[in-house]
Amino acid sequence: MSALASAAPVRQPRPSLRLRLAASGIDGVTLLLLPAALFLIALFIYPFIYGFVLSFEPKQGGMFANYQRFFSDPFFANTVGTTMKIALPVTLLNLALALPIAFRVRLLRRQRLLTTFLVLPITLGTVLVAEGMLFYFGPQGWFNRTLMTLGLLSQPVRLVHNYWGVLISLVITGFPFTFLLTLSYITGIDPSLEQAAATLGARAAARFRHIFWPLLLPGLAITFCLSFVQAYSVFPSAVLVGEPAAATRVISIAAYQSAFEDYDYSMASAIAMIMAATQLVVVLIVFAGRALVYRGPVASGKG
Amino acid sequence: MNRSLTERLWATALWLLVAFFILNLIALIATVITSSFATRWLGTWFPADFTTRWYFSAWDEFQLGDVLTVTFEVVLAVVALAGLLGVPAAYALARRDFPGKKLVMLLFLLPLLVPPITYGIPMATVLYRTGLGGTMAGVILANLVPTVPFVILVMIPFIEQIDPRIEAAARVFGAGTLRLFIHVLLPILMPGVLAALLLVLVRTIGMFELTFLTAGPTSQTLVVALYYAVFAAGVRAVQSIDAMAVIYMATTLVWLLIALRFVNPTQIVARAKQTR
Repeated sequence: MSALASAAPVRQPRPSLRLRLAASGIDGVTLLLLPAALFLIALFIYPFIYGFVLSFEPKQGGMFANYQRFFSDPFFANTVGTTMKIALPVTLLNLALALPIAFRVRLLRRQRLLTTFLVLPITLGTVLVAEGMLFYFGPQGWFNRTLMTLGLLSQPVRLVHNYWGVLISLVITGFPFTFLLTLSYITGIDPSLEQAAATLGARAAARFRHIFWPLLLPGLAITFCLSFVQAYSVFPSAVLVGEPAAATRVISIAAYQSAFEDYDYSMASAIAMIMAATQLVVVLIVFAGRALVYRGPVASGKG
Repeated sequence: MNRSLTERLWATALWLLVAFFILNLIALIATVITSSFATRWLGTWFPADFTTRWYFSAWDEFQLGDVLTVTFEVVLAVVALAGLLGVPAAYALARRDFPGKKLVMLLFLLPLLVPPITYGIPMATVLYRTGLGGTMAGVILANLVPTVPFVILVMIPFIEQIDPRIEAAARVFGAGTLRLFIHVLLPILMPGVLAALLLVLVRTIGMFELTFLTAGPTSQTLVVALYYAVFAAGVRAVQSIDAMAVIYMATTLVWLLIALRFVNPTQIVARAKQTR
């Protein structure tokens, strides 16, 4: 480089590499993101690739032996259905509850107290919620006791150590998450749009259908995906308040058992890849479905 | 505004639903607290008598002293490292446009979108193969995976609203990037950094999956110890597990209350939102 530069001193010097890089936005400041990016490549991207490759190197059998075993052995294959049977209803229920409630709460002046209460189960986490549920929803717990005193039940309902336990625990931790996300999307919509529709005589139902629904749809699709993915990867509550050997043997339990009980990391990686792939499939279906009913940014938003 | 009867009924039904949810939530937490102070509680509305001895027995049985020490060491290390890695990266992303920026943003978004148990299993495999699994360093590294992107995404809007002329002025007077950070940016950014790190703290105390997958016997945090206690219930008195749960709740809630003084509760969920 330096030899070249000294050989042709008359010519207009080309801007240095440094300057050229700076012109396209790469300089000392940009390099500040390198540590964080390298860290995530090493601990997030690399493990994923490593796991993907490892899943094709089974303890015995050919390249696809792990995947063949997963889909041919009902002990493994059924976990996908079991997990879907928990995650889909929970996500739909949470969304169905969150949407109308968020519409009410948006009109409140003082949302802070309510949102603080709802943040509680998220911060306390699934383990604590499961721990509390064991007694509270148990046959001797206050929940059953109250219902029996009120005469709504003649004998206690079983709400823990079965499917319903996991469902309830996912509503307790999942509903606040879905709700707060929905609320942040709803409050992001310009209220003057609704006022304009109201001035023109649109009733609440019509305002919802023609103003909010199209504007909310992208946000709701994202909320659905995030809530679903959370519910699909349920682990502690499926063990603690579920029936981990049968009705709530979810896919994450199968992956965990392969890795830490059978020490078959190859099989565990294969299950983790299947878990990621099934999540991706549902997310893609949601976005494909959204594209059918919704095209481009709302035409009615700016007119 | 005149509202029709159906609209009013609808509103009442929704408020009842919210009240029902919160009532059950409070009752659930109250059950744990009451039980942790109960001498004997079987088949009645309230326990026979109250005592505090379960706290002492839980403290000894579960070695809570050690567990709490580990928890705070892990959490402090995660908070410090997440700040050190995250804030500069957020600054770079807020101030520069460069080819491939979208790809970098995707790299920082993915760990927040993919649930921990999905990427945790391959990550734990890698950590165990490199000998870091089961150690404190492994737990800290694992917990940094979701927290570094979290800090970045919370900080970007904070940094974007700072007038770039302030930095330009500092540059004119000859400040390098490091001095710019220490003397100009950090003082302005302090509220934002504090909020982001407090949220990291709350999330890390409650982060079960990643710690569970990477922790060994000497690197368990409180939430993992609680899981094992509940998992092996039957061996120990319910009340002493409840006492441990109350200790866990207290450590989380203290920090949550401090955090809520600085941030909006919705920020705990929706992270990349603009601050108002």
